[in-house]
Amino acid sequence: MSPNPEKKLEKTLVDINYLLKEAPREKHFITGAQAMAEAVKRASVDMAIAYPITPQSEVMHLVGDIYAQGHIKEYYRAEEELGTMSAIAGAARAGVRLFTATSGPGLLRGLEAIVSWPGHRVPAVLGILTRVINAPLSIQPDNIEMAYMMHCGAVMLHAENQQDTFDFTLAAFAIAEKVDVYIPVAVATEGFFVTHAKGYVEMTPEDMALNEFDPVAAPVPAMDNETPPARIQRDAPVQKSNFMSYLIHAVWQQEIWDSNKRAMKYIYEYLGGPIEVKNPESEVFLIASGCAAAQAREAWRYAQEAGLSVGLIKVRAIRPFPIDEIRDAVKNAKSIIVPEHNIIGWLCKEVKAAIPNGGIVTEGPRVYGGMTLPVELIMKEIHNSLGLEYDLKL
Amino acid sequence: MADKTRKKRYNIRISGLGGQGVVTTAHILGSTMDNAGQYASLVPFFGSEKRMAPVEAYVRASTEPIYEVGEVVYPDIILIYHSQVVTHGKSYTMPFYTGLKPDSLIIINSEVNVLDEDDVKVLKDLRATVVQFDATKLALDTAGTELATNMAMMGMMLGLINLVSIDNIETAVKERFLGTSFVSSGGTAMLDSAIEKKFKKKEELLQKNMDVISKTFEMANSIDLDTADLIIKFDI
Repeated sequence: MSPNPEKKLEKTLVDINYLLKEAPREKHFITGAQAMAEAVKRASVDMAIAYPITPQSEVMHLVGDIYAQGHIKEYYRAEEELGTMSAIAGAARAGVRLFTATSGPGLLRGLEAIVSWPGHRVPAVLGILTRVINAPLSIQPDNIEMAYMMHCGAVMLHAENQQDTFDFTLAAFAIAEKVDVYIPVAVATEGFFVTHAKGYVEMTPEDMALNEFDPVAAPVPAMDNETPPARIQRDAPVQKSNFMSYLIHAVWQQEIWDSNKRAMKYIYEYLGGPIEVKNPESEVFLIASGCAAAQAREAWRYAQEAGLSVGLIKVRAIRPFPIDEIRDAVKNAKSIIVPEHNIIGWLCKEVKAAIPNGGIVTEGPRVYGGMTLPVELIMKEIHNSLGLEYDLKL
Repeated sequence: MADKTRKKRYNIRISGLGGQGVVTTAHILGSTMDNAGQYASLVPFFGSEKRMAPVEAYVRASTEPIYEVGEVVYPDIILIYHSQVVTHGKSYTMPFYTGLKPDSLIIINSEVNVLDEDDVKVLKDLRATVVQFDATKLALDTAGTELATNMAMMGMMLGLINLVSIDNIETAVKERFLGTSFVSSGGTAMLDSAIEKKFKKKEELLQKNMDVISKTFEMANSIDLDTADLIIKFDI
């Protein structure tokens, strides 16, 4: 598809701190898909590549619309997800700001290319609009695919609602492009429950956008495609079976995971930290991320109304995982409840591994297959933890 | 019993059949709450879009911000748009009142009693109140079309819980039928254009809908929810 130079829009370009913290905001009642696309609109994105899969399709459709309006320079539909994610890696070598999004099985199909992004220092932003994977086929939200993403080195943020989706997506571009980070940032949120549901979003003005991408401020230089011969790969391949190849790979991966850790200071700077803590003195804590955090927040509110000593920890960053922050926040806790939207309980495992007394963690409640997580199930666990009766009729 | 109409948050489950305007009701309810400066969130749930297939929509309405998402598993209010939801089990939960909280409200569109002895026992134990009336007949009599059944059901519910004014509803109904912000599916858009032809003018459609809502508000005002009766029935 040809670029859109005639549609180059006049915008006020600002830095991320101004955009996230100081720019005027106006309240809109929009879907999560709209919120993610609106963030892309304000991020001076150079190129977006799409392959549709429900429930992501609405996001990339809307991104296509904003390309047509001139907010993005290049946009096209790839042949399938592996092609999409490979093309993102290729485009990164040209030194441009990139966005794509996918869901469940689409993420798995693109995973081989996605997991190579951190090692190739691809500072792209990936939207993950979660969906059931594995059989039987379903299109409902279930965030198990996030477990597959956790071990590739990418930074991962998990949005609770439409507002988070907007803010996290904007911040993701700035975090990904920091010279001391320079790895992809994934912004995940639940399909349908957020993408297709409306919520209030405070948005910055449409004619204000993030400063444009600076390919020179990078730990690896962009290729010079105008001056042949262009190098196909920026770094020497590590293909020989000798000690040096092992060493190069090992050192490089260490650097990727250090880059991941270094993202934490920007998560503090732009998002106020990797966790949000309510009632830090409580004995019982709910720890949750994404939509489960929304359900936990409602349960926390019911618990406050009932005068129960319950705290809430919302986890914004899944990678880097806030080990020190969680350990500190729950040091006086007697029990921890981890509600989740997946069968394996990946967050529960992370929390257990982060604290010295993992035995105080209640696994669940968990729902999967895309079912909603009723607040009442969380209330039941809270009552159990406090030794109280809870009459839950089904 | 009085706290049926004084809850901080209402979790509403609307069960009906394809073509009855279940999802449309949810959208209008959401906008109505927004217009009233209050809060709502909504989720539709259905299989293939077809007439007579089960359709459910879930609405959360509150005077406070709403965090919860997803389907309503534990409702405070259940609206039953078609007797087959009860008699043929055309709902996503069986029986239809699964998860109903104590001291809650059910509104059923039917002129005959559809609850059997077991249902009555469970609902009495939960101190539920059932308001039953032929909303379809009311829609036909007042608006000249059964397509206003959803307005009758929504009007009865809003009349009973007193969260919003008639003006808030009117603005929302206007937005839905006269506004440009609502994106409807192909089937719904066709239905809209069929309605349009029938009434010539959308303004007239709006007025008919509002007449139905006003009528149900009057009926709701006459209801004493503190009654010991399980079923409060209106003849239309």
